[in-house]
Amino acid sequence: MTRATAVRPAPVTAPATAAGTPGRPGRRLAWRRSTTPLLLVLGWELAARSGLLAAEKLPAPSTVLATGWRLTRDGTLLTHLLDSLTRAGVGLLIGGGLAVLLGALAGLLRIGDDLVDPPVQMARMLPHLGLVPLLIIWVGIGESLKISLVALGAFFPLYFNTYAGIRDIDERLVEAARTCGLGALARLRHVVLPGALPALFLGLRLAIGAAWLSLVVGEQVNAQTGIGFLMMEAREFSQTDVVVLGLLVYALLGLLSDVAIRIVERRTLTWRRGLRAS
Amino acid sequence: MASRTSGQLNGPLLTATGVRRRFGATTVLTGVDLRIAPGEVVALLGGSGSGKSTLLRVLAGLDDEATGEITLRGRAAVVFQEHRLLPWKRVADNVALGLSGPDMAERVARALAEVGLAERHRAWPAELSGGQAQRVAVARALVREPDLLLLDEPFGALDALTRLRMQGLLRRLRAEHGFAALLVTHDVEEALLLADRLLVLEAGVIAEELPVDLGPTRSPDDPAFGALRRRLLDRLGVPAL
Repeated sequence: MTRATAVRPAPVTAPATAAGTPGRPGRRLAWRRSTTPLLLVLGWELAARSGLLAAEKLPAPSTVLATGWRLTRDGTLLTHLLDSLTRAGVGLLIGGGLAVLLGALAGLLRIGDDLVDPPVQMARMLPHLGLVPLLIIWVGIGESLKISLVALGAFFPLYFNTYAGIRDIDERLVEAARTCGLGALARLRHVVLPGALPALFLGLRLAIGAAWLSLVVGEQVNAQTGIGFLMMEAREFSQTDVVVLGLLVYALLGLLSDVAIRIVERRTLTWRRGLRAS
Repeated sequence: MASRTSGQLNGPLLTATGVRRRFGATTVLTGVDLRIAPGEVVALLGGSGSGKSTLLRVLAGLDDEATGEITLRGRAAVVFQEHRLLPWKRVADNVALGLSGPDMAERVARALAEVGLAERHRAWPAELSGGQAQRVAVARALVREPDLLLLDEPFGALDALTRLRMQGLLRRLRAEHGFAALLVTHDVEEALLLADRLLVLEAGVIAEELPVDLGPTRSPDDPAFGALRRRLLDRLGVPAL
């Protein structure tokens, strides 16, 4: 691994990468790090099969996977998954869009900071999941409740990171851009946006995490569709395998979205790799 | 804000009259008058906190709260003490910042070649050494074909050897392009090596003006150079050892 990196035709980054590898045992010892999780799953499987774990309390992983396969084949899982994804997507779009807009307003303009930031700072002290009873009164128990919850969850992390990302931009760079004849809009495009982008990505990752959490809670209130509904319904019929399957799907959704964002982030922020290498 | 005009009259390239700037209760510039002729290199000396950089920022149009009158006939470009390159743009894109036109790429390549970094155009700023980054900053100023180069302690953050090379580079570029320059520095030797005229900023005004008649090839070993340096150091309150 170390050697392969060192002979890569990138003279500037290669030595730093090679030097960094011994400090990160993650890749070389991947097999060692996956030992315990694999043993745990194996132990779970054996305990379930031998009857040590009652099937109605916790079914074997193989049973859960089989149930997953069955529900995938008859289309049930996909229907509910799509409904959940739609809620998460719409909520994220509304909450995230509003967060970026207001965060930029507060970060860029003094008047925006004075008018927007205080109420947001006050509102963030409220645990948004605790708002469920109030939200039920306001928007009912239908789709709008789930979407509102997701939007609320996504709003705060993205707002704060947008705000901080803009505020943390080096004033001297903005000044240098001014001496190069860049107007306010051009400075926004060439200095502020790329400068705030790392913080925006961090905010987005946190927002997506919060969105999934809000979705889980929201879907337990009178849902007719969605992964949460699937789980609540299964609980009533003591189908523990479906409940566990739902949990697994939620976890996978969180994992996949995080990986996706990280890939986009790495592609977009190529310049930071150069920064780390030096 | 200082009123800025871009007149077309003959005479000095830059004229500043009555430039004042206060920060709260302290007045840093109490009325600076300054002229720079086309092609002239003027060094601005002064103790730390004397307002050298403040004055340069005012002249660069970066200070919205200064008062006074500034007339600049032509274009100005600035090189700061730190390179101030945008870390998210490659070297060539940093140089090209704010430029437009069909021959842009060619102009950028030429400017980078002039500072000896033609082959580094694809590099990220973070991959450059301090001296290289500062050369890119010089290229970024140069590509704008300025009539006046405003230099705010441009080599102050570099090591001694790199600084000497950069001073040589600046002299060469100035001989080729004939731009005027205002060099803010606290380094008396650097001022004597590069400038045609020295200004000493003190108590918010230009307290002394001194022509440098040392000819085009200057060396610190020259007795006249030493005498001038001693005189300046006395003026700046540095006692002889």
